[in-house]
Order: sequence, then C-alpha cells, then structure tokens
Amino acid sequence: MAAPVRGMAGSISIGNTTSFQKKTRSKLVSIPGTRPSVQNGQLLVSSGVSSLDYVIGGGLAVGTLLLVEEDRYDSYSRMLLKYFLAEGVVCGHELFLASARDHPDQIMQELPSPIVDDVAGMKISEGQSQPSDPENPDTMKIAWRYQNQPKVQIALASSVRFGHYYDVSKTMEPELRQAAKCHSFYQLQETPVTTGSSLIKVFVKTSLYFQVLASASKVRNVLRLGLHSLGSVLWGDDVCCKDNPAHCHALTTFLYILRGLLRTSLSVAMVTVPSHLIQNRAVMGRIIRLSDTAIALESFKGSEKETNPLYKDYHGLLHVRQLPRLNCLSCEVPDTKDLAFKLKRKQFTIERLHLPPDLSETVSRVSKTELAAGCGTTATGNKHLDF
Amino acid sequence: MFPELNSILNSTPDSFKSSDFILVSDRRADASFLIHHHLSFYLRAGCKVCFLGLVQSFSHYSAVSQRLGVSLAQAREKGQLVFFEGLKNSIGVILQEDTSQETQPLSYLRTPGAGLEGLFRFVERSVRQSGDGYAGESWGPPVLLIDDLSVLLSLGVSVGAILDFTLYCQAAVCSELQGNVVILVRCEEEDADDDEEGSNLLQRGLVHQCNLALHVEGLPTGYCRDIHGQMEVWWRQGEETIYNQRKIFHFKVHDKGASFFARGTSSAVL
Repeated sequence: MAAPVRGMAGSISIGNTTSFQKKTRSKLVSIPGTRPSVQNGQLLVSSGVSSLDYVIGGGLAVGTLLLVEEDRYDSYSRMLLKYFLAEGVVCGHELFLASARDHPDQIMQELPSPIVDDVAGMKISEGQSQPSDPENPDTMKIAWRYQNQPKVQIALASSVRFGHYYDVSKTMEPELRQAAKCHSFYQLQETPVTTGSSLIKVFVKTSLYFQVLASASKVRNVLRLGLHSLGSVLWGDDVCCKDNPAHCHALTTFLYILRGLLRTSLSVAMVTVPSHLIQNRAVMGRIIRLSDTAIALESFKGSEKETNPLYKDYHGLLHVRQLPRLNCLSCEVPDTKDLAFKLKRKQFTIERLHLPPDLSETVSRVSKTELAAGCGTTATGNKHLDF
Repeated sequence: MFPELNSILNSTPDSFKSSDFILVSDRRADASFLIHHHLSFYLRAGCKVCFLGLVQSFSHYSAVSQRLGVSLAQAREKGQLVFFEGLKNSIGVILQEDTSQETQPLSYLRTPGAGLEGLFRFVERSVRQSGDGYAGESWGPPVLLIDDLSVLLSLGVSVGAILDFTLYCQAAVCSELQGNVVILVRCEEEDADDDEEGSNLLQRGLVHQCNLALHVEGLPTGYCRDIHGQMEVWWRQGEETIYNQRKIFHFKVHDKGASFFARGTSSAVL
C-alpha cells in the first residue's frame, strides 16, 4: 500500500479519499545539526548561540531569513555572524559568505573555536563510528551488552548535537575550518556595476550554489548564507546615505527574492543590516517585514547607558522585532521582551534583563542625599527624614 | 474560519454579503491570521477563490488551512481555488529571465514602473472561468484574496499603480460579478515623514474604497502575553445602518484559531 510521501515542501496527495495523512518520524529529513521543532515540526538549525536559539523559539527554521540590525560599531553583530558560521563548520553544513568591507577569508579566520568534550584531540574524520565486528579483537567479552553503544570519543565532523559552545578567546583551527565547504563573495573584487545590480549579482551566485547543492549531493545538507552589512554604502546602495534613496527597492527586491530562494531549498540565511544608518523608517519597516525573524542589537558602548548602574552587568540590549509564523497561525510568544546580552571573556550570552532588587536601605538613601544636596540645604542628621 | 469572528461580522458560509470589499490592515502587528480565516471561510462557502499569495509559499497556507479544516490541495485540484505563487515564480522571472506566458502576471518585477496590468489580466482570467465540464459543479460568486498588497511597494511599484489595480479588481469582481475582494495591507507608523510612496497612503486610499475595514494593532499599553492585540472593525454605512459603525475587540491567536473578546474581558484578567 503506497503511503503518500510528504517532502519538506509540502504534501502531495495522490487521489486519496481522505485528506488525513499520518505524520511519521521517518518522513523528516535527518541532517546533522538539525532537529524538528516541538511546536510545529519545522526543521531547525542552531544559530550558534544557544541563548539566542531559546529567544527565537528553539532555533532558526530551515528556509527562513534572520535579520540582525547591527549595533553602532558592528562588533556584536559581526560576532553573531561568526557564531553562525562556526556552527555551520562544526555541523558540517555548507557555507556561503558575502561581504563588502572585510574579505570573507578574514571573517572565516576569526571564527571562534568550539569547545569539545574530548580533550585528547579532535579527529577530522568523515566516518561514522565503526559497526561492531565479531572478528574484531576489541569485541567486549564481559560487558558485551554495551558493545553497540556509541563510543565516548566522537569525532567532530560527525557531531550530531544541536547547539555547541564556543570559546571566543581562541580562533578555530585551520584544519577544521578548511574541512567545511565555504563559498564566498567579496563585493570589492567584482567589477563595479551600476547601483542595484551588485545585489543581483549576489543572488545569481547564490542561485548557482543552490542548483549545485540540489543536483550534486546525494546526501542532503543545509546551506548557511551569511551576508554582512547589506545595505551599506560599500554594496553600491544609497539606502544608508540618503533620506529619499533613489533605488530603495533594490535592497527590498533582493530580500524578497532571497526569501523565495530560501523557501525552495534547505538553507538558512543571516543578514546583518546597519539599521542605524538608514534614515527612512519606512524602508526599515519594509526590510523587517520581508524577513522572517528580526532582532536588533543595541550596544551600550559610547552611549550614556554605559555608566548606568542598571546595566552594569551587560554590554547591550537585544530587541526581538519579529518572530515568524511558519505553517501555523500562532508564533512562539516570548515570556519577556527585556533581553540583554553580554560578552564574557569566553562566551556571548543573552539573558533576561534583571533589575536588581531594591532591598537595601543604602540604595534609596544615596538618591535622597543627592536630592537634598541639590536643594541647597545642608544635610544633617537623619537624611531620609528631610522633606 | 473563526466562529467568533463570524458572529462579530454577522456572516456565515451560508449567508454572507456579496459585492463586499474588505480591507485587512495592520500596523506593527501581523494580521495574516485574518487572511487564513477568510480563505477557509470562502472555500467552505463554495465560492470560486483566486488567491494571490505574494509573500508565503503554498505549503504554508496549506498547512494552516489543514488545521482550520479545509484542504487547499483538494480545492486546487477541483478547480475551486486558483493559487498564484508569487515567491516561487518571481525567482524564475528575475534569475532566469523567463519571459514566457506564465510569468506575464509578474511583469511588475521586470519593469516596476509599468504597472500591474499583467497581474490584473491574470485575476480577470481566473475569476471569469466558469465551472469545469467534468465535475459539473458550478461555484458560487468569485472571491479575490490578496496576501500582502504592500509587498508590491517594496518591489518598486508605485502607490498610484496599485490603487489603479485595486480599482480595476473592484470593478471586475465586485460590481460585475457580485463577488468579494479581501486585501491585506501592512502599514508603518503613522508619523513616518516621507509618505508619498508609503503604505499609509495606500491604506488610506483603500479605506476610502472599502465596505469593511479590519485593522489590527498591538495593545496601546504595551506587550502582553495573553492578549495578542486589538482589532478594530469598521463598517461603512449600508442599507440598514445610517452611520458608520466602529468596534474594537481584543484577540488572542492560538494553534487552531483565534478568539475575540470585548476589551477587558480576557480570561487572563477576569
């Protein structure tokens, strides 16, 4: 009895009398580094930062676009991009990186190094763990029930865990990096063309890679696209420098087509946009609506919030602008929208913004002293009784 | 189809107003759940539906409609639903320079300044097709559903061209064929400086044309986990009413539908 096959793109009914289709686990594609979502069965990949995965509903859904609004000096958004690419290297996904300012190779050299359980050394082998062989001298005689359990020392290339942890103070080993297939597009190396066509070129290239990916590989794999600082002046676009950009629909058309490409293939894209340079709020709104998940990073560097005692533990705020509703009516509604991020010496984390509890009396007393001094009266005795 | 929304709008799949031009708009919120409602509503009512899905793939609508009890794949096979996949076909137009007959509706991608005539011809062809000879079924009045007209602004089409297109659609579908039109427009903040080419202008123009406007916004008091937003329903004066009516409801969207309630009567509060 032929069961109706349900691929990633949707259901194909072959003249069934009922529209009931049983969902079985075997129909989900099993690719390393992905897992199905608990809400709606979407295939998710990790963004590299596990706390970010939690904030956006478990992970990035395959076929969607993540938009990151850059912070003022592009330090943390670039770090998120590096985490995203590093996760792709560790999971064995294919990578595509396009940038205009820094050479893609330079960004690839700065990827954080993953923290692995196995300290004795990382083997970059493509094989899976060996099947148990009766003639093998390593066959267990006493603990034979544990023969088929996976060995603790798992090679990095066949890592099937969902999220990984990275050490930001070290960069990834070159052997590990080169084991991953990475395609790059560097805007300054392309011949200069008129405004708007440069973006068209990016997607001609990405479509070629999509076709290559679809046709050549028998093993299905996820393609991760990282596009750095899209919309900045170096891409040939004047969205960031003018109030009424002449070609404002070049960037939005590109995002529309990119999303169309992503939907029809197994890929995820992370795009960073310098939104603080875009004067026209309407264009920024359109860019957010054209993407699926949108977050914004606001760092405290250089602003008066840096010295604010409320924020002393954190380096910036994270705003979740939009969460996608994919194949279902409702989306994952977050508990709270007050999120902040911090970059510790080795790790980048996102946490709920906690206000410290105002329990101690000294805290309130300090503020009242300042007020009393401001009024010009000399503070004597019990300050908190002054009116 | 959301039963509570049916009672608010006083319509059921068996009896609904014809020649209706419904505008669904939102401001910094997501009103696409109302499009899913209307899609399943009109398919249940047995109308011939022409759906322009410009922002999401067919499988997305199909998955949601499955939860609401309607099968889009079956409706498409029977000929009740004509689904236009904007995203998928756009790739062919831009990347492969496809200029065949099938991509005529997407002529606005090649030449954004030219207007939406190709798209209108497609709509006209779809709604004027009578029922097939095989099944012998004749469908009810035609319905045109557009998911996200404002994405055309992002693709470079001017507001004037879009308003012309909606006027032609209204003339063809509502006036001639006594059908309904439901359009989703997503807007920006009211205080946007540059509004000549903005979605606010488009929304204002469409409110002037429509009979019923559903506007979805977030709560004015801020983010709330249990109430996802407020929906304002605005009826143009008709035969029975002598003045325009306006009501505001709060809503919460869940997996299989949405619940609407009067302001302040959310289950989280009571």
